[in-house]
Amino acid sequence: MHSAERPQTENSGHNAHVPLWNNPVYRGWGFQAVLILLTLYLAYSAFLNTVANMRAHGIPTDLGFWPTAAGFDITQSPIPYSAVNSYGRAFLVGLLNTLIVGAVGIVLTTLLGFTVGVARLSKNWIVAQFAAIYIEAFRNTPLLLQLLFLYNAVLKSLPGPRQSIILPGGAFLNNRGLILPNPVIHDGAAYIGFALVAGVAAAFVYLRWAAVRKAQTGQDSPVIRVAVGLIVLLPLLVYFAAGMPVSLEFPVLKGFNFAGGYQLYPEFVALTGGLVLYTAAFIAEIVRAGIQAVSKGQSEAAGALGLNRAQTLKLVIIPQAMRVIIPPLTSQYLNLVKNSTLAIFIGYPELAQVFMGTVLNQTGAAVQCVAITMMVYLTISLTTSVLMNIYNSRKALVER
Amino acid sequence: MKKTIATLAALTTLTFAAVTAQAGTLDQVKQRGMLFCGVSQGLPGFSQPDDKGNWTGLDVDGCRAVAAVIFNDPTKVKFVALSSKDRFTSLQSGEIDVLFRNSTWTMQRDTELGLTFVGVNYYDGQGFIVRKKLNVASALELNGASICVQQGTTTELNLADYFRSNKIKYEGVVFATDDETVKAYDSGRCDSYTTDASGLFADRLKFAAPDEHVILPEIISKEPLGPVVRRGDDQWAALVKWTHFAMLNAEELGVSTANVDEKMKSDNPEVKRLLGIEGKFGEDLGVTNDWAYRIVKHVGNYGEVFERNVGEGSPLKIKRGLNALWNKGGLQYAPPIR
Repeated sequence: MHSAERPQTENSGHNAHVPLWNNPVYRGWGFQAVLILLTLYLAYSAFLNTVANMRAHGIPTDLGFWPTAAGFDITQSPIPYSAVNSYGRAFLVGLLNTLIVGAVGIVLTTLLGFTVGVARLSKNWIVAQFAAIYIEAFRNTPLLLQLLFLYNAVLKSLPGPRQSIILPGGAFLNNRGLILPNPVIHDGAAYIGFALVAGVAAAFVYLRWAAVRKAQTGQDSPVIRVAVGLIVLLPLLVYFAAGMPVSLEFPVLKGFNFAGGYQLYPEFVALTGGLVLYTAAFIAEIVRAGIQAVSKGQSEAAGALGLNRAQTLKLVIIPQAMRVIIPPLTSQYLNLVKNSTLAIFIGYPELAQVFMGTVLNQTGAAVQCVAITMMVYLTISLTTSVLMNIYNSRKALVER
Repeated sequence: MKKTIATLAALTTLTFAAVTAQAGTLDQVKQRGMLFCGVSQGLPGFSQPDDKGNWTGLDVDGCRAVAAVIFNDPTKVKFVALSSKDRFTSLQSGEIDVLFRNSTWTMQRDTELGLTFVGVNYYDGQGFIVRKKLNVASALELNGASICVQQGTTTELNLADYFRSNKIKYEGVVFATDDETVKAYDSGRCDSYTTDASGLFADRLKFAAPDEHVILPEIISKEPLGPVVRRGDDQWAALVKWTHFAMLNAEELGVSTANVDEKMKSDNPEVKRLLGIEGKFGEDLGVTNDWAYRIVKHVGNYGEVFERNVGEGSPLKIKRGLNALWNKGGLQYAPPIR
């Protein structure tokens, strides 16, 4: 049947008697082109219609508000910002706050998720059960409820500033957040930075050398001890040698709140904490699935080759498990960043809160603000996705 | 989430609805048989639903008065609860016909947003509330304090202005809804909470022990609150505007729910014009000539509405103050019906 049809199809492609519109290839392309044109036209007319509607209602259709003074304050800002700055700068503050929550959240949730995922597979019954309870509890309740609970029930039940809980090392905990001693930098502190960079670079070179040595001679090197020594001890030595150029400024209760010190706001802690706890539950399951996806024969074979348990994990199990883990892990990272928009409910000034909230309302430029916010999240998500795909392609099974 | 959906729905309307004709809100409302009125999500005295879903308040009575004019039935209103952040978008996109949501009349809102403010149903000003035990007597003593504030309000902007011009610092914590803002203050996250003074009186009632909170004497801004309509529909704007003026004129002329039927026999030409016995003012508005009679009969005059919702007859017990009639030392002044 198949072989009988083939010559016919080939014929029709070259046969001059068949008109172009009856050629299945050209006709297919034709339909595709019509569909694309229709879609584009629909999008274009929707755009024109929106602009016409906005004009008819006297709503601004441009970004003229961007450089004008915003007039509102944002308390938690990583860059200097006040009410006299522009809406554009307010946008930047929101964007940076989103990126900070995203970056801190991704790092912490990865650490917690991997720990819990491995704990879930632990032979210790109590540890495994604890991990299981954690995963089921956080995975099966809505994130928004967790955030509101964390913010309202946990953080706000802390005492007021004048009854702060005193933590060791000069830190205070109260319902205004966690107030930590703030490092103050004096002359000569730059040397410590140089020492840190030099230490990291030296550790990197040593790791390379150790890997080459291992490949050539099969001998192990004390990698971890040397790396810690280079990265931690070297800057510490320089710190004392330079005459301790970094001191700590301790927070002092003054008026309504503490002056000095570095303040971690409850809104930030609740948002980051909530996102980390929630996402880590999913990551734990992904990690467990990844590890269990490596067949038992692999670890038995590793045992037969004489590898110990740690070597088996590091050299055999984890590299194979990562192939299974990375793609769903990427989705979780994207979810974490997107879920940070729930900050609207607990007052943390990230992008959606600042830009789609206050700025949209003050300027009335709803379409522009929503479109820009969507573009930003799209960009963040696509960038994360691309980076994770690069990492994935490096970890993928190389088939020979 | 609900708010996001509201915004998105509004944007979708802007995107896909045909370019609507400029006029015709009144016709649409008549055809629909129901007035869509935007109100707050719950502010005692202004707009608040009870446990049976019945709305009451000064703003709610504004909506009811408009419905009474059009339908001779003050219950033909659908109340749409909106956060401060979503209110103008909803109106712009036609989700609601009129916004009675204790919204401050500012120049930017009147010129840039495609909206028109048609009157002032409550003259207000922004104040601060603090706990008594903090021993603060003036807003100027709030240096370094945490202050809770609602997002997308003139309050948020005034707060920044006030502290900047007095060169004192504060830590602002911004929430999307009034409820979240008050809750954050109540739980101790903030030392103070700022909004329109009327709102402070209303919110204080929500606290477990209202006596432990004190409203500071400073009023830091002018907050003329009033109804808003979409720009471009003059007939509709006139209808909402004159509904408010009729309530003021009724109070000034001593016409109330109790005596309006009796007043129909009045010899006073001003009362006759108000109640539609003389002239055809109602027809010119696009409704019937007994339009103002309907307002007073079903809803009441401004004084009655004020006392019932925010004045001595309510738990808020706010004095008339700026909101007294112009001939009684206040600012409420309506042009004559003639």
